[in-house]
Amino acid sequence: MKTISQKTIIQEVKRLCQEANYELPQDVYQALRQAYDLEDSSLSKQTLEVLNKNARIAKETSSPICQDTGMACVFVEIGQDVHVEGSLSEAIQEGVRQGYEAGYLRKSVVTDPMFDRINTKDNTPAIINYDIVEGEQLKIIVAPKGFGSENMSQVKMLKPSDGVEGVKDFVLKVIHDAGPNACPPMVIGVGIGGSFDRVTLLAKKAMLREIGSHHPDPRYHDLEDELLEKINQTGIGPAGYGGKTTALSLNIETFPTHIAGMPVAVSICCHVARHKEVIL
Amino acid sequence: MMKTITTPFTKEDALKLKAGDQVLLSGTIYTGRDAAHKRMVALIQEGKPLPFDVENQIIYYVGPTPAKPGHVFGSGGPTTSGRMDAYAPTMLSLGLRGMIGKGYRNENVKKAMIEYSGVYFGAIGGAGAYIGQCVQSCEVIAFDDLGPEAIRRLVVKDFPLTVIIDAYGNDLYEIGRKAYLEEKNNGK
Ligand code: SF4
Repeated sequence: MKTISQKTIIQEVKRLCQEANYELPQDVYQALRQAYDLEDSSLSKQTLEVLNKNARIAKETSSPICQDTGMACVFVEIGQDVHVEGSLSEAIQEGVRQGYEAGYLRKSVVTDPMFDRINTKDNTPAIINYDIVEGEQLKIIVAPKGFGSENMSQVKMLKPSDGVEGVKDFVLKVIHDAGPNACPPMVIGVGIGGSFDRVTLLAKKAMLREIGSHHPDPRYHDLEDELLEKINQTGIGPAGYGGKTTALSLNIETFPTHIAGMPVAVSICCHVARHKEVIL
Repeated sequence: MMKTITTPFTKEDALKLKAGDQVLLSGTIYTGRDAAHKRMVALIQEGKPLPFDVENQIIYYVGPTPAKPGHVFGSGGPTTSGRMDAYAPTMLSLGLRGMIGKGYRNENVKKAMIEYSGVYFGAIGGAGAYIGQCVQSCEVIAFDDLGPEAIRRLVVKDFPLTVIIDAYGNDLYEIGRKAYLEEKNNGK
């Protein structure tokens, strides 16, 4: 049994909120640089050059990469032999509160979604997802999510008879709808299977999976490649100004499902695909 | 080929720009996004004056991050313009000349842009730290309670923009994609 203090969690979450917002993950940064080499029109090349410069300025000056510093999405994997002193959820919320304040990050959360819409002024509540796993480790991933791209994500309850073509059509429709609104080049996660609620979580986890990693099943691996290629043939391009690079990556996560269903979710992220993690 | 523009941005200036043009903007501009637009249009409906005279001005759809001590501005790239589509025709009818944002606009906005000679500029989404460096001064002039959504008066220097929809209704999002696809097909 391992004991972790609330104070440690608060400090770590605070740090992760800031670092995630200032520093692009290495895989995303690399992918942006490679995309720059691939483009040949001057406008798309220039756009990617600005994005590369922007990432460097943000890191060097500890400034937010994007002004939408997101709603803080926190993924927690807690070992069943970990004991947290006090409330884990409260510690995470406090870490987000302190991180957004001390890091000069934008507070973008409103209280009531429909009627009041009053800014909570500290960017809480964060969205926390818990997974209980074996062992005595606590893993925390902080993924600030901007809503320009979040608003373009979609879910659909396909029928089994829609098959792989149905999935492809739906994914491409979502990308066309998203277009320039999602600040392309995008980072895309696709969830297939599970239930209405689970499939969106799968999609988000797929979106957070490393660029260049693949689904273990070769059939889904091939589908990842095929969909990414098709998306990059739409011509939407960087910032939507036309070009080769509409998406930097597309990952798929799957889960068993019911005999009557085939849920599909597409989680769209912009090129500011932020996430930082810590293992305690 | 970069064009330079300064504010006030007149009808004559607007009519010279074409979708796809790259411009460097300098001068005074105003920020405003969802909540600020909602309040401005409510003021117009009540017959009350707006916090600033919109004639020949440019509104930047942005909600910046707080400035760090010793800095005038934080990060500030564009937000999705489509959420302002409901308000944009009213603003254009009062003489607003330019809008800066990212993403699709609807047909009503395009029609109003043609009717009142407005221009829709794109700033590069997600380049907040880079764009923030073009801002030389920043002052909240209305709706302070809205935090990041308050209306700010900015002075910018060489703010890099691309004309997405011009005053004639041409749309770079359509033209750019088509040009890419045609080039690709010809290459085959
Ligand atoms: S979609 Fe992403 S890059 Fe674009 S404004 Fe939102 S967080 Fe920033």
